[in-house]
Amino acid sequence: MNWYSNVVPPKIKALIKREAPENAWVKCPESGQLVFHKDIEDNLYVVPGSGYHMRIPVEARLASLFDNGEHEVAPTPDVPSDPLKFRDIKRYVDKIKEYRLKTGHQDAVTIAYGKLEGAAVTVAVQDFEFMGGSLGMAAGEAIIAGMTHAIEKRTPFIIFTASGGARMQEGMFSLMQMPRTTIAVRRLREARLPYIVVLTNPTTGGVTASYAMLGDIHIAEPGAIIGFAGARVIEQTIREKLPEGFQRAEYLRDHGMVDMVVPRTEMRETLARLCALLTKAPRRAA
Amino acid sequence: MRSYLDFEKPVAELETKVEELRALSKGDGVSIADELAKLEAKAQKALADLYASLTPTQKIQVARHAQRPHFSDYVRLLFSEFTPLAGDRLFGEDAAIVGGFARFRGEPVCLIGQEKGSDTESRLEHNFGMARPEGYRKAARLMELADRFGLPVISLVDTFGAFPGIDAEQRGQAEAIARSIDVSLSLGVPNVAVVVGEGGSGGAIAIASCNKVLMLEHSVYTVASPEASASILWRDSSKAQDAATSMKITAQDLLKFGIIDVIVAEPPGGAHRDPETAVAAVGEGIDDALAGLANLSRPQIVEARAERFLSVGRKV
Repeated sequence: MNWYSNVVPPKIKALIKREAPENAWVKCPESGQLVFHKDIEDNLYVVPGSGYHMRIPVEARLASLFDNGEHEVAPTPDVPSDPLKFRDIKRYVDKIKEYRLKTGHQDAVTIAYGKLEGAAVTVAVQDFEFMGGSLGMAAGEAIIAGMTHAIEKRTPFIIFTASGGARMQEGMFSLMQMPRTTIAVRRLREARLPYIVVLTNPTTGGVTASYAMLGDIHIAEPGAIIGFAGARVIEQTIREKLPEGFQRAEYLRDHGMVDMVVPRTEMRETLARLCALLTKAPRRAA
Repeated sequence: MRSYLDFEKPVAELETKVEELRALSKGDGVSIADELAKLEAKAQKALADLYASLTPTQKIQVARHAQRPHFSDYVRLLFSEFTPLAGDRLFGEDAAIVGGFARFRGEPVCLIGQEKGSDTESRLEHNFGMARPEGYRKAARLMELADRFGLPVISLVDTFGAFPGIDAEQRGQAEAIARSIDVSLSLGVPNVAVVVGEGGSGGAIAIASCNKVLMLEHSVYTVASPEASASILWRDSSKAQDAATSMKITAQDLLKFGIIDVIVAEPPGGAHRDPETAVAAVGEGIDDALAGLANLSRPQIVEARAERFLSVGRKV
C-alpha cells in the first residue's frame, strides 16, 4: 500500500487500470525490473528475463492452449445462490454480483472445449480473480459438468487450478464439493480418460485436498504456491520460521507430489504431448 | 466435581443449591424433601431448556467439552475385541487417527476415528486429534482392507482439523486427505460416519465421505473453524461468534440442508453429562444406518454413496 492506493478510491483505480493497460509499466514482483505490459502479455504473462509467472486472465489462458485459440465456453451450471443467506462485511449475493461484473464470469471455474493439436480436449480454468478462486457450489458443479462432458465425448480433461480454498460464504456446501468433485474424478478414471492437473499460483486448502491432488499427472507452474494449510496458519501454530521455498512448485516436485514444473510458455506443447501419449494418438514430432 | 461452561451458570447455581439442600436433608429429612424435589425439577427443566436452544457458539463449547465422550469411550462402550492397527506402511504411525477391526453387536467391522485425548498426556500422544498425512493414509489403508474382507466401515469424526505443520505439508497433507476421500468413495462395503464432537473441515471430510452421515445433537461440522472464518471474512478473529452463527454449523441446520442424514439425540445437558447414554444412542444410530444399507450390492453401495453426495445442493 502506498499513498496513492490509500487516497484513490478502489473503484476509480479499477477504471484507470482498465483504460491504460497497453502502455503501462509493470514491476516484476521477483526481480523488481520494470517491463512493458504489452511485452508481458505477448509472453503469456511471464516476465521476460526473470521468468516470473504473473496471473494470466482466463481468456488468455484458453487462447494460448487451444489450436488457433479456438474454443467454445460451456455455460456455467445453475446452482442455488446463497443457500446460507450469508453476510459478513457485505451480503454474499452483492459480493457475487461485484465479482461477476469485475471478471465477466459467472463464477470461479470456466469450462471450455476445443482442440489441442487436433485432438478434442475438455479444459477447466479456475480463476483466482473470482473471489480467490474459491470452491463453492457453482465451481464444483462446473467441474463435475466438465468431467461429465469429457466422459461423454471421450476427451482428456485438463484443469488449471488456482484457489485459496473453500468458498466460506457457502459454509458446508463448500466442503461438500470435495467429495462431489472426487466422485467425478473417479468416473473419469473409470472411463480411462487422462486427467491432468496444472497447479498454478496459488492452489491451497480444500481444492488441493481434493481434485487438484487426484490427477493422473500433476504439472505445476514455476514458483506456484501449493499446499493445504496456509503458511501463516502453520507459522502461528508451530512458531517456527518456514523453510526456504516452502510450498512452492519446486518444493512439491522434490517431495514427490508433483510430476514436473513446466513454464507456461511450454505448457501447450507439454499437455499435447502427454495427452497424445496417454491416448495412444500419433503425433508428429514438434 | 462437575465443571460448568460459562453459559451454564444459571443451571450451576440451581444445582449447587440442590446439593446444599441434599446435604442438609441428611440431618433432617422430612421437612425439606418436598423443597428438594421441587428445586431438582427446576434445575432439570432449566438444563433442558438451556440445551434445547443452544446457540452455535455454545454448541462449539459443548462439542469441545473435555468430558465429552471421545473415540476411546466409544470403543469401550460399543465395541468388543477392538484391535487397533498401526501405520500407513509408507512413513509412520499417527495416533491422531486410531483405527482397526472390532466387533459391533457381534459383527466384525472396521472402526476409524480421531482421538483428541482426555488428559495432557493422551492429548499430546494423539496430537489433540489433528492428523498428519500418515493418519489419513492409515485410514485409507484400513478402509481398503475392510473393502477386501467385506466389512462395513464406521468413522467417528472428532477433530479441529488436519494438523498444520511443515512436516505435514512436506509429506503431502493435501494428497493424503484427497486420497482418503477417494478411497472412502470407492468402497463396495457400506460406510457410516458419525460426527461425535467437532467435524473440522478437510480433516473431517477425509473420513466422512460415507453412505450415511450422522451427527450428535450438539456436535458441529464446519468448513473452517469459526475463529479462522472470522479472521478471513471479517478480518477480525473476535467475530468468531458471528461466523459460527452465519456459517450454519449445527446438526439441525445441516440436516435441513441435506448435508447430514440423521441427528442422534444427546441426553439432557449434553453427552458429557451422561456419556453412557450418549454413546448408546450413537450405537443405535450406527445400527440403523447399517441396517438400511444391508441389502445393497457392492455397485449399488458405491452408486448410492455417489448419488448421496451429488444430490447435495441440487435440491435446496
